Amino acid sequence: MKILVPVKRVPDPYAKVTVLPDGSGLDTTSLKFEINPFDEIAVEEAVRISEQREAEVVVVSIGRAECEEQLRKALAIGAHRGILVETDAELDSLGVAKVLRKVYDRESPDFVLMGKQAIDDDANQAGQMLAAMLGIPQMTFAAKIELLDGSVRVTRETDAGQETLEAPLPCVITTDLRLNEPRYVALPGIIKARSKPIDRHSLDDLGVQAECRVRVLRLQPPAPRGAGRQVQNVDELIEALRAKGVLGS
Amino acid sequence: MTRALAISLNAGDAEPLAAFCQALGVPFVLLAAGGDAPVDVGAEKIVRLEGDIPPADALSAFIAEMADGFDLIVGVAHMAGKDLLPRIAGLLGQSMVGDIVEVLSASERRFLRPVVAGNAFAEVEVANGPFVASVRATAFKSAARGGNAAVETQPAPSQGSTKRVSVSEAEGGRPDLTQARVVVSGGRPLKDAETFERLIGGLADVLGGAAGATRAAVDSGIAPNDLQVGQTGKVVAPELYVAAGVSGSTQHVAGMKDSKVIVAINTDPDAPIFEIADFGLVMDLFDAIPQLIERLRD
Ligand SMILES: Cc1cc2nc3c(=O)[nH]c(=O)nc-3n(C[C@H](O)[C@H](O)[C@H](O)COP(=O)(O)OP(=O)(O)OC[C@H]3O[C@@H](n4cnc5c(N)ncnc54)[C@H](O)[C@@H]3O)c2cc1C
Ligand SMILES: Nc1ncnc2c1ncn2[C@@H]1O[C@H](COP(=O)(O)O)[C@@H](O)[C@H]1O
Repeated sequence: MKILVPVKRVPDPYAKVTVLPDGSGLDTTSLKFEINPFDEIAVEEAVRISEQREAEVVVVSIGRAECEEQLRKALAIGAHRGILVETDAELDSLGVAKVLRKVYDRESPDFVLMGKQAIDDDANQAGQMLAAMLGIPQMTFAAKIELLDGSVRVTRETDAGQETLEAPLPCVITTDLRLNEPRYVALPGIIKARSKPIDRHSLDDLGVQAECRVRVLRLQPPAPRGAGRQVQNVDELIEALRAKGVLGS
Repeated sequence: MTRALAISLNAGDAEPLAAFCQALGVPFVLLAAGGDAPVDVGAEKIVRLEGDIPPADALSAFIAEMADGFDLIVGVAHMAGKDLLPRIAGLLGQSMVGDIVEVLSASERRFLRPVVAGNAFAEVEVANGPFVASVRATAFKSAARGGNAAVETQPAPSQGSTKRVSVSEAEGGRPDLTQARVVVSGGRPLKDAETFERLIGGLADVLGGAAGATRAAVDSGIAPNDLQVGQTGKVVAPELYVAAGVSGSTQHVAGMKDSKVIVAINTDPDAPIFEIADFGLVMDLFDAIPQLIERLRD
């Protein structure tokens, strides 16, 4: 069995990120970059599957040469080999999905396991677009994955609770936060990962063009909220809320 | 943009979809696939799907079939919309603008959307040609009312290769989190499901509101997943948001910052939640909430 796991390089989710004064982008000085947390969960899940049964976990990242760091991290978690599609072109999620489709065609995995959303663009689109373009089922926001014979059963988070879906392989599964808790990678894992193979490709090699039809023109900082005040006790709080008229009748 | 297909998947979707189409100034057909479709929000026509709504593969194929003649397909950015809309875009080979909070220019096709957990807002421009969009319901609250759209019904498509095995939805009883006038949210210190329900649920009930939670509370089994508010959960903007035992992480704040009045109850005076609260109470929630319930009950 082969599992393809796309991983994106994104700013550390716990860092304080700010917009550059001219709105041209985020201030990346002293910003650390990590694997997108949802993708890390996907790598962890794929590696756990490969520990239970014969399976190869192939990780792929699209972006600048620095994405190798995130591929190395994924290899340290236990993925077997990496693919770096090197480009500095801007891509929207459809553009990403088109590149992933080429990688899918070359690799013919049994399924694709990926993050539900990249925490920088917060789009939540690439997995669904990839599944659509491949004409295969999708099971998004997975909280639990069970592999059956030739099919897979996913318990997924919905607006009102959860539902369980079953679809034949191949398919695309996107991860939600509660699927698993990624392992801490100790030093030997990181050292071992240095010798695992990473294949490099350009968009040209793959026969795909960079596409971006939703372009970011400028970033704005969020509007600040007006300063609040402290109340000393519950009575004072109730009084303040009454005065604001938010307590109803 | 000349004509939109607006897809209503959940109760309460029609209003923000109509408000968005009105802001763009485009006529729209409202497709009710599980959601509401009032006849008086200005739709040209309403198409109501009857029967069980299938998973995204079959539903997206059905909608892609009817996409001819529309240069915009739009839905609400909740989980059902996030599952379905990008798949429709993928089938049609179109790009998608998600989580729109403002129309900057309809003629120039420029929109505003939050990125990096609301730490920034991106002004985006969509290239010419048909596209797919989703809107934040919190940003398009009310549509002009009027008209009396004709309603056509069609059977919902049957399931494709993805089968629904089971559904487990929490019992209602409280207003829907995304529509409630008041939301009371609890975090990690709530200990267990019973305590969460008694304190957070109890205060929500006396305020006629909904209960919400942080990811930490959901992950530790204190609250069900559909209560998670934040970057990767639900986005809410009620009249009153009470955050008790919530530190105020960027990811949580991304889902509630646009609430009208924010109250924070936290034992740590330096908790970041106080930076965005209108009223901050430095107090143990195990004292504060029972008192609030008691005083507000009468
Ligand atoms: C990719 C990603 C996505 C995420 N998405 C979300 C999301 O959508 N929503 C979300 O909420 N989180 C999300 N998170 C998690 C987020 O980063 C925080 O970890 C989480 O919000 C913290 O929850 P909390 O405030 O309940 O817990 P804590 O941060 O542990 O805070 C608990 C607070 O309670 C206070 N406290 C303790 N005891 C008491 C008491 N007796 N009375 C009053 N106050 C008390 C403490 O002072 C503290 O401030 C995400 C994280 C990642 C990496
Ligand atoms: N540049 C990229 N390289 C590899 N995977 C990506 C890239 N961009 C997006 N993805 C994958 O697509 C998922 C959804 O991304 P998005 O649609 O941008 O929210 C991410 O969680 C990744 O798994």
